[in-house]
Amino acid sequence: MEKIIVAGFGGQGVLSLGQLLVYAAMYENQYATWLPSYGPEMRGGTANCSVVIDADKPVASPIIAIADTLIAMNKPSLEKFQANVREGGLVIINSSLIFEKCANKNARAVYVDANRIAHSLGNNKASNLVILGAYIRQSGLFSREVILSTIEKVYASKPQFIPSNKACFEAGYNLEV
Amino acid sequence: MAERKLMKGNEAIAEAAIRGGCRFYAGYPITPQNEIPEYMSWRLPQVGGRFIQAESEISAINMVYGAAGAGARAMTSSSSPGISLKQEGISYICGAELPCVIINMVRSGPGLGGIQPAQSDYFQTVKGGGHGDYRMLVYSPCSVQECVDLLYDAYDKAEEYRLPVMILGDGMLGQIMEAVTLPEMKDAASFAKKPWAADGTGVGEGRRIINSLYIVPDELEAMNRKLQKVYDRMCENEVMCENYRTDDAEIVITAYGTVARIAKSAVDVLREQGIKAGLLRPITLYPFPKEYFESVMSSPTVKDIVAVELSMGQYVEDVRLAAAGRKKVSFYGRSGGNVMSPEDIVEYVLKEVK
Repeated sequence: MEKIIVAGFGGQGVLSLGQLLVYAAMYENQYATWLPSYGPEMRGGTANCSVVIDADKPVASPIIAIADTLIAMNKPSLEKFQANVREGGLVIINSSLIFEKCANKNARAVYVDANRIAHSLGNNKASNLVILGAYIRQSGLFSREVILSTIEKVYASKPQFIPSNKACFEAGYNLEV
Repeated sequence: MAERKLMKGNEAIAEAAIRGGCRFYAGYPITPQNEIPEYMSWRLPQVGGRFIQAESEISAINMVYGAAGAGARAMTSSSSPGISLKQEGISYICGAELPCVIINMVRSGPGLGGIQPAQSDYFQTVKGGGHGDYRMLVYSPCSVQECVDLLYDAYDKAEEYRLPVMILGDGMLGQIMEAVTLPEMKDAASFAKKPWAADGTGVGEGRRIINSLYIVPDELEAMNRKLQKVYDRMCENEVMCENYRTDDAEIVITAYGTVARIAKSAVDVLREQGIKAGLLRPITLYPFPKEYFESVMSSPTVKDIVAVELSMGQYVEDVRLAAAGRKKVSFYGRSGGNVMSPEDIVEYVLKEVK
């Protein structure tokens, strides 16, 4: 079982990043839940979702108290959730916007210059896919091919975005950290 | 090949209702159930149905009253404050013996309260939020797939007993996304005939009157006796409940809806620590699964019962009634839209029960 919190500003694609993981799980016949924040914190400009993926059995609790992975797209998200990552867990940090280091020394922090990479590939909106690439590489949750085919299926109605989304994912995946 | 999709609870509820025959929806927006009217607004016209955004919750429930009286498979949805406004209409619908489906995606109260998950409408839902001696079939699904499965047959049940079926969920259930398998659209030709419906047919066969006014005491008492028989039949046939690892359990946690999922994870954690925990999860809140509780309450293995809910203590009252003093029933609740984690439940059990 993998418990992931994805958090950032509204508009950074944190909810769709979480959804891509759950789509991948569904296509791989695994079990998954995606639970977004829909409360007052959203109105303050931050968004987050909790994703639970289980290869073997239906997910019981969609609520995450202690996460295996935190994906922090902005500073408030890192500050809010880093203490909730388990010992030996993973924290993926968008270093384009977060200049601090991870304060949770029991977790492994990976820094990804996601906005700059997405910008260099001509797709400013796809920093979330760069982060997704880095996360998939670090976690091995799904194969690279599964995510590429998930991107094709999920964006089938917007085919013009598929090549650049794939490129951003690949750039994140190929990062050596 | 069955269709497998990733859907939000609210959207899945709307689609499953339509596939189960819903062709009329009236509602008024309120968080956290807005995806239901939004979905209905574009989807119902595709299948020849009607969507109305009413001017208020009160009109919406009365439009459902009218549509159901005319024989349509009608539905409304809202969240707690809106459901309070609908109570008069619900009582009238029960008094007029009309089938319909009502969704309550509960938010925290009292008053306007907040928009986060809560289960504080339990009393209102199962004890009759409106006036008079009426009951409804109340389902409490815990997953998106269970929403689909229960909604799909909800109209068949509502028409069998001629009463509203209510789905009691919360914002978590409405907003969560999970993979679901959707069933085929039901064929309206297969639906039971409604010789009572005021639908303009049966001219010359006698009058069809939809009414809940019985001014003569004997007539109203006879009506209430008749309704009671319907509720008794429902209690005999419609109880649904899930047992999870209760066979050898010494501590039985009981919870319904989304909270039961959180409790299920807590049971697994407790088991890993060598504590024999189990979960009893009512799927129907009315009828209350008395026999399932009876087997737990009379079991020599079970030492403790823990009722967990998102309220200050409503469901626990029915659990204590079922215990009838035979078992100690502890209560763990959160309120105001705060949701407990599995770890919170484990901590409560280790500290207060074990």
